[in-house]
Amino acid sequence: MKRIKSLLLITMMLMAVTAYYSCKPKNAGTAVNSDAASKVYVAPGKYDEFYNFVSGGFSGQLSVYGLPSGRLLRVVPVFSVDPEKGYGYSEETKPMLNTSHGFVPWDDLHHTELSQTNGEIDGRWIFVNGNNTPRVARVDLTTFRTSEIIELPNSAGNHSSPFITENTEYVVAGTRFSVPPDNVNGDVPINSYKKNFKGYISFISVGKEDGKMDIAFQIQCPGVNFDLSHAGKGKSHDWFFFSCYNTEQANTLLEVNASQRDKDFIMAVNWKKAEEYLKAGKGKKVPAKYAHNTYNEKSHSATSEMKNEVVVLDAKELKDICDFIPCPKSPHGCDVDPTGEYIVGSGKLAALIPVFSFDKLQKAIADKAFDGEYDGIPVVKYEAALHGEVQKPGLGPLHTEFDGKGNAYTTFFVSSEVVKWNIKDLKVVDRAPTYYSVGHLCIPGGDTKKPNAKYVIAYNKITKDRYLPTGPELAQSAQLYDISGDKMQLILDFPTIGEPHYAQAVSADVIKNNSVKFYKIDENVNPYVSKGEGATKVVRTGNKVDVYMTCIRSHFSPDNIEGIKVGDEVYFHVTNLEQDWDVPHGFAVKGANNGELLIMPGETQTLKWVAEKPGIAPFYCTDFCSALHQEMQGYVRVSPVGSNVPLTFSTGKNMPAADTTAPAK
Amino acid sequence: MKKLLMLLFAAILFAACGGGGQDNAGETPKTDDAATKTDDATTKTENGNPSYDPNRGEGKYTKVEVGATLDAAMADKGEKVFGVKCGSCHKLSDEKLVGPGWKGVTSRHTPEWIMNFVTNTDEMLNKDPKAQAQLEICLVRMPNQNLSDDEARSLYEFMRKNDGIK
Repeated sequence: MKRIKSLLLITMMLMAVTAYYSCKPKNAGTAVNSDAASKVYVAPGKYDEFYNFVSGGFSGQLSVYGLPSGRLLRVVPVFSVDPEKGYGYSEETKPMLNTSHGFVPWDDLHHTELSQTNGEIDGRWIFVNGNNTPRVARVDLTTFRTSEIIELPNSAGNHSSPFITENTEYVVAGTRFSVPPDNVNGDVPINSYKKNFKGYISFISVGKEDGKMDIAFQIQCPGVNFDLSHAGKGKSHDWFFFSCYNTEQANTLLEVNASQRDKDFIMAVNWKKAEEYLKAGKGKKVPAKYAHNTYNEKSHSATSEMKNEVVVLDAKELKDICDFIPCPKSPHGCDVDPTGEYIVGSGKLAALIPVFSFDKLQKAIADKAFDGEYDGIPVVKYEAALHGEVQKPGLGPLHTEFDGKGNAYTTFFVSSEVVKWNIKDLKVVDRAPTYYSVGHLCIPGGDTKKPNAKYVIAYNKITKDRYLPTGPELAQSAQLYDISGDKMQLILDFPTIGEPHYAQAVSADVIKNNSVKFYKIDENVNPYVSKGEGATKVVRTGNKVDVYMTCIRSHFSPDNIEGIKVGDEVYFHVTNLEQDWDVPHGFAVKGANNGELLIMPGETQTLKWVAEKPGIAPFYCTDFCSALHQEMQGYVRVSPVGSNVPLTFSTGKNMPAADTTAPAK
Repeated sequence: MKKLLMLLFAAILFAACGGGGQDNAGETPKTDDAATKTDDATTKTENGNPSYDPNRGEGKYTKVEVGATLDAAMADKGEKVFGVKCGSCHKLSDEKLVGPGWKGVTSRHTPEWIMNFVTNTDEMLNKDPKAQAQLEICLVRMPNQNLSDDEARSLYEFMRKNDGIK
């Protein structure tokens, strides 16, 4: 009996185990295979294989992760101030955030695009867009710093940006919110949208050697919402493709009113043609006001220049620049495969994915296979440009990346999944759930000619229960899938900053060896640099006081300053004399209505501080630098207006007198 | 018997769940060549290693040609380098500031040792007994100021001038 009981027990236990392992996964915890950990484990001291540049969304910054570990390596400040790094707080960096609206300390960074040569990532720069106060920025990948920001006139909401042509000839921008152009009176009834509102596409040229940006031309298009874009490749090199919605031209309750038409458009732009017209003098010089800010790595300072003119080409008059391709249901993603033949439109309210053929589009345009015009722009017949439709791929397609092996990976927001499908035969090959509601996705090089398809990363819009709860606001979330096999395999969740939109990834080898380790002090041409403690000084000009200061492990020079008076504007120009990797010094002074400085070796940065009341204000190094970091401090003595305390400064010399009792008040 | 079976099953279950891939955990991590090696700095002391020449130090300089008299122009160049890269921490007297005063430094060390120390600072601090003894006094690792060969040599000439060589 006992034996039978035991047997029964064994059987029951076996059944329990079988049931446990065969039950359908309810969440990713059970969907993850047991070898996932080894696939994402990067041992301490080892490097990740890929850099992943992820949009920081409404943080306005660019985040850099290592893959496959998902470790956050750096947050590069771009469009928002960053007190941690003094960005937007130091006098040197403030001009980076200047616009035609003045100093704008925040933006919403959506998309990232690595520079390319011959359609391959060259690792020199990464471009990012500011959606709110429309701007495009270029980040230098030797320093991981924002080098340049250019504002876009005639635009509002720069969303379809900053996508680039194959040799980084141009980076584009397109207005998401059509508005009246800048040089006409914009004080018009909102419901006069159809008459007064226009959509502008910008082509920003990029200097071949130095990356310098300049708006080469804008194309005035009908007033719609331009959403996303991608450049052609190979045979379609001369073309750029922009998705657009709200072809209803609604100005209110767009949720309903911009979803009326069965099809909106993908706009095909022949930018080579635009260049020809430009050369032929067909562009109109139009007054405009927009800021162009550049950061100089030798003077360690930014300058902001206000531009006052832009060249505009009219798509209505110059007929063969733009053509509309009908695309179902408010298209969002607009992605071109590595061969340049297939253009994937993703109607976000659609239950299919249309794929257009570049060859067919060319033929349709040549044959004038048009379905009339939309606001003066020819509309190509849908069937004439269509390669085919992926049937029932999922609900709410958003974005597509490519593996270079004939497959496309498309995200589905509504059905929360990534779907792999074959471009030629349009058949679904595999699907994997995401947690939850995926937006963008990224395959290393997945929008270039040469994808490096080891992983796909899903950037989710909703996090919910994926991490320990942290109150109403949760970590943003990304998920890493191994796609080296036939099936996608979820191997990692990792949290991100802001709301991650588009991202780019590239083999670390392309970037890591070019990284700058410190700035050469000999090359520092900041007007306030102190090259050595012998060059430090304090200079008063009226109520402005310039403190030329140095820092090195572990003291400031000068570290005792007296003779500052209430109301003085004190500028601490701090030069870091270190000449080695990873030895920044920080600088903070009590009561500064500002931020701190974080000064890289060889660099000079300036903090403005207004002395507001008599007393002693300490300053100190904020970035732990040596065993004597806690000793790295100094004092500023502030005296009342009219005081006769002379202006003095020193290091190691201001010793106590024999009798040091404080004077009675 | 029943208890034993239960235990056995628990063990199997545990193994099945726990075997999830920390396989690499026991592996000795190899530092990438670009990563710093300060972790094991203390274990790398070459104290007592007979092949190490403590008079020469660790670095590329094996023989520094020094003239019988001072090269005044070179010393002037060295003084400029001192002003930008050294003067924050070293006095020209024998008084210690952050680091030791420079008076007499050329008689305390060979030119090779000094040249190796100022150009190969981190490795010297990790290996050299005299450099380490100084670190115990100062407690601030001398920063690597990335001196060029030219800068280092002119700096040495300035040290000689400071020590009274004419």
